[in-house]
Amino acid sequence: MSERLEIKNVHVAVEGQEILKGVDLAIGRGEVHALMGPNGSGKSTLGYAIMGHPSYEVTEGSIELIDADGTRHDILAMEPDLRARAGVFLAFQRPMAIPGVRLADFLRHSVTNIRNPDRKEGQELMPMRDFRGELKSKMKDLSIDTEFARRYVNDGFSGGEMKRAEILQLAMLRPQFAILDETDSGLDADAVRLASESIARIGGAEMGILIITHHEQLLEHNIPLQTHVMLGGRIVESGGPELAAELHKQGYDRIRKAYPEAAAAEEAMEAERRLETTTS
Amino acid sequence: MSTDTDASSTLALGEINKYDFRTNTPSVFKARRGLDRDIVSQISEMKQEPTWMRDFRLKSLDIFNSKPMPKWGGNIGIDFQDIFYYLKPAEQQGKTWEEVPEEIKKTFDRLGIPEAERKFLSGVKAQFESEVVYGSLAEDLAKKGVIFTDTDTAVREHPDLLKEYFGSIIPPTDNKFAALNSAVWSGGSFIYVPKGVSIEFPLQAYFRINAESMGQFERTLIIVDEGAHVHYVEGCTAPMYSTESLHSAVVEIVVKKHGRCRYTTIQNWANNIYNLVTKRALAYEGAMMEWIDGNLGSHLTMKYPAVYMMEPGARGEILSIAFATAGQHQDAGAKLVHAAPNTSGRIVSKSISKNGGRSSYRGLVRVEPGAKKSRSSVVCDALILDDISRSDTYPYIEIEEQDVSIGHEASVSKIGEEQLFYLMSRGLTEAEASTMIVGGFIEPLVKELPMEYAVEMNRLIELQMEGSVG
Repeated sequence: MSERLEIKNVHVAVEGQEILKGVDLAIGRGEVHALMGPNGSGKSTLGYAIMGHPSYEVTEGSIELIDADGTRHDILAMEPDLRARAGVFLAFQRPMAIPGVRLADFLRHSVTNIRNPDRKEGQELMPMRDFRGELKSKMKDLSIDTEFARRYVNDGFSGGEMKRAEILQLAMLRPQFAILDETDSGLDADAVRLASESIARIGGAEMGILIITHHEQLLEHNIPLQTHVMLGGRIVESGGPELAAELHKQGYDRIRKAYPEAAAAEEAMEAERRLETTTS
Repeated sequence: MSTDTDASSTLALGEINKYDFRTNTPSVFKARRGLDRDIVSQISEMKQEPTWMRDFRLKSLDIFNSKPMPKWGGNIGIDFQDIFYYLKPAEQQGKTWEEVPEEIKKTFDRLGIPEAERKFLSGVKAQFESEVVYGSLAEDLAKKGVIFTDTDTAVREHPDLLKEYFGSIIPPTDNKFAALNSAVWSGGSFIYVPKGVSIEFPLQAYFRINAESMGQFERTLIIVDEGAHVHYVEGCTAPMYSTESLHSAVVEIVVKKHGRCRYTTIQNWANNIYNLVTKRALAYEGAMMEWIDGNLGSHLTMKYPAVYMMEPGARGEILSIAFATAGQHQDAGAKLVHAAPNTSGRIVSKSISKNGGRSSYRGLVRVEPGAKKSRSSVVCDALILDDISRSDTYPYIEIEEQDVSIGHEASVSKIGEEQLFYLMSRGLTEAEASTMIVGGFIEPLVKELPMEYAVEMNRLIELQMEGSVG
């Protein structure tokens, strides 16, 4: 079992354009880290790069899982499914709809693979009775109607339903390291509070969590050991929970002034994006 | 995926066909290769048919010879003189399961069919090679006057019904392959459901080709009388052979006033089989006809189940799934003819192409003059799994009436990188993820199948998807 997720000097390019320009971050199991920053600063890109999205090319740097005995696992060499089996999880900001596939069927397959990382295609799935029992109890914990499991994955889900489905998957899969990409967006205040509590309960001392957010509410029950601020593809400042509160209330003006180089990089990336939208 | 496939039976491109095995069934009678008046007369004689049927066969042969090959659809490369047109696997038709020859039982066992059927059904019909070898029908059905037998027997035992309907819905002049079937047909099911009788469970038949270069030309006729209701299910699997085989069936159905008929087929042919089938139903006042049609395998399939809505209030629904992989062309579709006012139809077609396979949707919606307030909707969705596969849509719409509502939607999609990534980020391999996405794509149709067929359909898709990535 891995104890640390270590990200060193990671550069990521999408369609040839560099988005991340050298990110360092280390998360231990049982720790909560918050990642904040203006839109387009590269937060989601970091999540995709850790999970292994094929369009996000890591051009430099390393991402490794480190066991208690010091053994290092280079996850950049793994396909996304192997990263998942190694204990990494990404809660998507915008999860994909898979029409015709029931959430319960998908999740049973997923849970089976992740709990038996060496399972080969076609081998037995987790016994239906055990799976159902566990799913039911997890859904009850999260105040999700059991009928939900029969629906097609994210198909026609409201924003809030999608996020709850992601948290349900987190609860069922119990990864060692979870990246939660704006799991609070699209939720009302009560739902954010419930999500915050749920994540704290699921995570506990077992899980290292990176929470990507614009707000501090999700952090209410998940007090971050560190808050990191991303700007122009770099983490420019790290602090405690008070930093998250400051950014939530006052925005990023102070950060932009303090780190003019990163702010310039952010503007350049923004300009390039605008150019792409107008020409395409 | 674990299969019980013979190690030696590997198809081209490393794909494994679960049903690639043969049994050594001794054929009692085998006509020589080829097609002429002598062969046709000999088939009729072997079956001890009445003169009218022999004359019908001979006339159909002339029509077959006079008709050109279809100029659309796929390339049909068949040497009609190099095919066996008739095989009779056993002297007597089995009356009970115990009387069915051991070799034939073994084949059915390997297909995993009998258990499922015994569990779910009280009536079983199975065609093995050219004749029905086993049949049983629950007694209460017989008491209600339901007839469920093979068509050969029906010619002998129910001549009045046969003379009235046989060849009346699809005459030999309809198309070249309907003429061929009319000349050399053998086997198939005959069903008559009397007025007001509703059959609660699906009636089933299992078809299978098992002789090299042998055509299978079953002929099915279903008559659903007024207010009656039946669901007929037919599944096909075929073993793999090195030379080309031809399957050319004709299915005729009449659904009378307020009757209901659902005809479900899943076909999984070996990759060298030409599967050229004509299926047509006539639906009368307030009647409902549904075709559910799954096409896997074969070299070329051309099949367009049709519903002719003859009287007011008739409804027709056609749901079809086609899966084309390497060396396969599925030219499948549907046909709805609105020949009376207030008729309504629906076509839902889903196709999947991979490894260079080609699937085409070819459909016709026709509204005859006077068929006011008719409504039809056509939805066809194609899923293409890679860059070398192909999908085409040929929707034909002929409307000769103003006051109608006809809708057509078509979509073509590829398995999205984002969908794959999402599923893989949850620990599914790329192959598992693709299979799951394909399964979801056809789910709206699979859920219409009887349970054991839905399970089989999903298993077939999984087999088809094996080795499709990497």
